[in-house]
Parts: sequence; C-alpha cells; structure tokens
Amino acid sequence: MCTLQQRGSVFVLTLTGDGEHRLGHALISSLRSAVASAAEAAAKAGPGAALVTVGEGRFFSNGLDIGWAGTSRARLSELVAALRPLAADLLALPMPTVAAVTGHASAGGCLLALCHDYRVMRGDRGVLYMSEVDIGLPLPPYFMAVLRAKITAANALRDVALRGKKVRAAEGKEMGIVDAVYPSADETAVEAFKLAEQLAARKWDGGVYASIRMSMYPEACRSVGIVEESDEEKRKHFASKL
Amino acid sequence: MESNKDLCTVERRGRVHLITITGAGEHRLNPDLLAALRSAVAASAGAGALVLAAEGKFFSNGFDQAWARTAPPHLHGTMDGGLRALVADLLALRMPTVAAVTGHAAAAGCALALVHDAVLMRGSRGFLYMSEVDVGIKFVDFVAAVLRDKVPDAAARRDLVLRGDRVAAPEAVRRGLVDAAIDGGPEDVVAAAVAEAERLAARGWDGEAVAEIRKAAWPQLWGQVKDHGAGPAPAGVRPRL
Repeated sequence: MCTLQQRGSVFVLTLTGDGEHRLGHALISSLRSAVASAAEAAAKAGPGAALVTVGEGRFFSNGLDIGWAGTSRARLSELVAALRPLAADLLALPMPTVAAVTGHASAGGCLLALCHDYRVMRGDRGVLYMSEVDIGLPLPPYFMAVLRAKITAANALRDVALRGKKVRAAEGKEMGIVDAVYPSADETAVEAFKLAEQLAARKWDGGVYASIRMSMYPEACRSVGIVEESDEEKRKHFASKL
Repeated sequence: MESNKDLCTVERRGRVHLITITGAGEHRLNPDLLAALRSAVAASAGAGALVLAAEGKFFSNGFDQAWARTAPPHLHGTMDGGLRALVADLLALRMPTVAAVTGHAAAAGCALALVHDAVLMRGSRGFLYMSEVDVGIKFVDFVAAVLRDKVPDAAARRDLVLRGDRVAAPEAVRRGLVDAAIDGGPEDVVAAAVAEAERLAARGWDGEAVAEIRKAAWPQLWGQVKDHGAGPAPAGVRPRL
C-alpha cells in the first residue's frame, strides 16, 4: 500500500502499485504510521529532514475508497473522518513536505497533495481535480478549510472547488497551486527529491518549522483537529533559545 | 538610558509626518526603540500622513535578542508587547501610513514595515527576510497575523516564512509584498515615500474613517493587537451609516 524509505535526510513515502491508491482505512492507516515513523526518526536525528510523497503508476491518489463505501453514507462519513487525522499529521509535521504529483490527484487525493508544503507535478499527464461538485457531494468542512488555506486566488478557488476544474500542471503553476512542472513522472519524482534535499539541507528545527507553518493556516489546522500551541509555550521556547 | 530623541527623529514635510530611526546600527526593536517609535507616532496628530524610514543599512533587523539575553525573563514580554502596542497604534492611526524600507527589514522589522498601508522599498539594496525559520524562533501571534493579512497569496507567504527567502525589491514587488521599488539611495526612497504620503494626504480623507476602515480590513491582525495600543482619542459625535 505504501512504503517509507530514508535516503539521507529525506523520507520518501511511496504509494505503491499501479492502482488508484484509493484512501481506504488500510492505506490511511499505513500512511499515518509511515508519517509518524518519519517524524520519530527525524526527532532522533536532529535538525534537517524533509518528506517527499510520491505515487507509482498513473495515479497520485484518486481519492477516498468510495468503492468500499458504496451507497452507504455512514461508510463515506467514516472515510472522511479517517482522512482528517492524516491531514492533521501532515499539517503538523515537523519537517518540510513535498508532494510529487506523479499522476492524477482527485478529491481526497488532491487534498492529500494540498496538505504538503510544496507540489511538483508532471506536465505531460495528470490533473488535480476536486471532483465533489461533479459527483454531487458537498466538501467536508476540513477539506474546504485546507482548500481555502492553500488556494488563495479567488478565481482559482472558484475554479477548483465550484467548477470541478481538472487542473493540469502548467495551469496549476499559474494558479499558484503547483510550484514546479516537469516533463515526466520520473523527472517529477527526481526533482521532488532534490527539492526535499535542498529543504533538509537548511537544517531547520522541525518544531519551529511546524509551528510557523501552523501559524500560517490556523483555520485549516483547527479544522483538521490540531490543538493550537499557546503563547505561553511559545514564550518558553523563545526564552530557551536565548 | 538613551533619550528617545536619539533613537528616532520626527519632522514635518508639508502634511507628512516623517519618522526616521537614527544611527547606523540594526535598529533592533527593543523596549526603548519601541517606546520612542510609539511617542513619535503619537506626535503625528494633525498631520495628513505618516512615513516611517530609517538611516543606515537596516530598516530594522527585528527583535533585540541580545537585550533579551541580559534582561530578566519577566521583562521579555515588554518587547513583543511594545511592538504589539506600536502595531495597534499604526492600525488605529487616523491617517494613511507609508513605510520607506531604506535597508534590510528582517523578522519583526519586516512585519513592522508590512503593517503600513503602503510599502516602498529601495530598489538596489536591502531585502525583506523573515529570518525566524533559519534562526529557530516561533512566530508571535500578531506577527503571524501580519503575514496572513498582508501577504494573502499562499505561495508568496510560504516562500517568505517557510523558506526564509531573502527578497530584494524587484522580486518583492512581483510577489505583491511591497508596492514599489525605488531607484537611488536611501534619500530617494524617503523622498518617494514622502511624495506618496503627500498624495494620500491630499485626498483629504476623514481620519477616523481611515482608521475604522483599516481596522476592519485587517480584522485578524486588529483583533490580536487592539487591546494594547494607545486607544482612541476622544471623538466627537459621528453619524454611523
């Protein structure tokens, strides 16, 4: 379902196999374990780490496992609820994160990509697509909170959320959603790794990095269930750094 | 203790109240400089617009860690409290405000510049730099709010605060961080800022309207600082629309 490798200071999280990498309970659980392992390993190793998430095959992720949910609203709600803590894990992760969008990223899969700090994407194929409006599903509140945090140009948000626009990489770059475009999946993965290496080489304190990230998206963080750090905790941290 | 007069000067140029942080140093925002700046801002009453500029290579390089190292911990709050109050004063100010970023503006110094209604920056020298990620310091809540309210573009904000980009003026304009890059030396930047401030003053806007509109435009930021400023001067009876 997924693997985690450490290559130097970079943790590579791979959604394995040629399938759609549908986010069901098992995959979500594996992803959470992997992300937690990366955080734990980085904490032991000291400052300077980064995460890259990459998909094998034609898909980054095609979203929640609606096949498993079928017509059951209860099951769909379960999956929505299960993905929320993974989103929280990523938004709170004490290291920079890069999504190598090597294939289609739809709905929950698009959300997963948006939960990363940076997105690099293949230009030849694949789209970012919030399909919910086309399927007739409202967006869960935390989905919308993350979209609003990461897609800040009003027209871009309208196009992605309200029009179900299928966004290719080059257009995503113009919209401010994609940071870099590469000609193929392989190059995308390679460049994503290089970017992660550069970010890790800055040797940022993971806790500080995460704190700054979370202070930029307080509503999204609240929405996914992250508990806000108190000013008292921050002041203690400041005093300890003098 | 240095007299406030040494830390910044004030002068009137036409309708513009020009505050200049003096000296060749880093203009670190310690309680003394913050108090001096608050006095200087308070002295703007009656002017049509305010400009904040600085001498030397730096606009401001942020909070004064060196001071904090030697000061008792219970006083550290006076430093971010002092900036919080200055920000409140600037947001509540009854006239347009312009920052003349004549040199490097880093961390809290960068945030201070961005609080102004308009930011003009020296084209050929100096950069904006949110250094906190590199130095390993978390953001104070209202500094985070300045960045969220004044740099709404997610990618631009991320590059500034999470990548620690050092952004020179032309790039800062391109990213929407500042309004203009000004050619020439620091005096040219100041002159351009004063000219812009004079143009804003010439609009003859009602000061209270300016203040109320500004506070409503940046509600997150105003909410974080509103209880800390000098407070409103007594107002006459005003019609409410």
